[in-house]
Amino acid sequence: MGKRTIVPFGPQHPVLPEPIHLDLALEDETVIEAIPSIGFVHRGLEKLVEKKDFQEYTYVAERICGICSFMHGMGYCMAVENIMSLTVPDRAEFLRTIWAELSRIHSHLLWLGLLADSIGFESLFMHCWRMREQILDLFDMTTGGRVIFSVCKIGGVRKDIDEEKLKRIVDVLNNIEDELRSLTSVFLEEQSIKGRLSGVGVLSQADAFGLGAVGPMARASGIVTDTRTLGYSAYPHVKFNIITAQEGDCFARTKVRIEEIFEAISIIRQCAALIPSDTLIAEPVKGLPKGEYFARLEQPRGEVIYYVKANGTKFLDRMRVRTPTFANLPALLQTLKGSELADVPVLVLTIDPCISCTER
Amino acid sequence: MVFKMKFIKKSPWILHYDGSSCNGCDIEVLACLTPLYDIERFGAINTGNPKHADLLLITGSVNEQNISVVKQLYEQMPNPKAVVAIGVCAATGGIFKDCYNVQGGVGEVIPVDIYVPGCAARPEAIIEGVVLALNKLERRKSPRKDA
Ligand code: SF4
Repeated sequence: MGKRTIVPFGPQHPVLPEPIHLDLALEDETVIEAIPSIGFVHRGLEKLVEKKDFQEYTYVAERICGICSFMHGMGYCMAVENIMSLTVPDRAEFLRTIWAELSRIHSHLLWLGLLADSIGFESLFMHCWRMREQILDLFDMTTGGRVIFSVCKIGGVRKDIDEEKLKRIVDVLNNIEDELRSLTSVFLEEQSIKGRLSGVGVLSQADAFGLGAVGPMARASGIVTDTRTLGYSAYPHVKFNIITAQEGDCFARTKVRIEEIFEAISIIRQCAALIPSDTLIAEPVKGLPKGEYFARLEQPRGEVIYYVKANGTKFLDRMRVRTPTFANLPALLQTLKGSELADVPVLVLTIDPCISCTER
Repeated sequence: MVFKMKFIKKSPWILHYDGSSCNGCDIEVLACLTPLYDIERFGAINTGNPKHADLLLITGSVNEQNISVVKQLYEQMPNPKAVVAIGVCAATGGIFKDCYNVQGGVGEVIPVDIYVPGCAARPEAIIEGVVLALNKLERRKSPRKDA
């Protein structure tokens, strides 16, 4: 048994695009304990509801995180819409679903790239990000923004996607699907990747359940959970599978996310076929919200919860977000215990951490 | 010194730090490194080590917690160095200006050479910012005529 050493990890670290700090207590090469300290990205934007009115706040909600930006705006809008009993037009619901699933694809591709980078497979990283650019081009075409769109508003959406663009989206996705197949074979069959990922950071089903893991992290440990099955937005109209795996290691998490990209592509295809052709894309907002509501939706990283409390004035009383990374942190600390120091970057990455939404 | 500066300009190493940004600008910085925008054609590569870096690309505003990290990173970089602040957050605090934990732009803590506007800043703009910063870097360190 060696001496105990503390190795600081972060806040500025090559594998981390975002700052988080972990103190790793090591014995030889094995991590005994990981103590996180957060707060590097804390801005305090929940309190901003007192300074920006509830419609303006949509822009702030979108900037909780730049990766699932659209879904943050959508979650906030859903909560306020429910308080105000606004019915979102059907077409808008389908458009929202399309953008949400495109976001999921872009987020998962981004993550795959970062994963490849963290295990030192640089060319794979580049390939993932190259493919991701095609999705960003679709965003650019349909909304005018690459990462932050501001296209979701209370009562519906701001922009419509016409026939021609819908066709283009489907075309691009067909293309991506083919490319993704070859990428999948690298991720799931390449020996060196398997060696780095399988058996690493195993989270048992009981632990995943007990520690409240969400999203791909929980699904990779064999828990069947997906907030999309609650049937918000246009999800009741489309068919999709909940992807799960049993192993609970890094490899399983990779597998789940890759499969989810294929599911997302199929959801968008169905949406493009089923989208109603009316012209109404937003319901006008009348009056002021009063009441409270919990909105839940499935982000690329898992379930997010929006709590909104309104008091009948322009300014909300309270807005609270419970983000998926926050829910996954206890599970991460659990898997870090007993892991090798060299695996720490990969492990931290496999929960797909989004610090900026965790700390808000 | 003059010829050395030429080398740096041909191959600047970039250090990227995320202040309290929303990630939007961050992933655009990373997007600059990837095949579509490929900042490497200007010789730039991303490094994780401040001691190797010539340019500091910083996104997001400063707050209580990260103020010392930002300062430290800047101080650890060898001279000559330049700082590019990316996004309106890094310039003024942007949309989060009124938040209680945001102290304002990066300029409050360290000297900034180039501000890249946008929320999120587009990769084209970021690349232009980097190129402008390089010019500044070169001008800054060429020996003065009268010296
Ligand atoms: S400028 Fe906008 S996109 Fe960039 S970090 Fe700030 S809020 Fe996010």
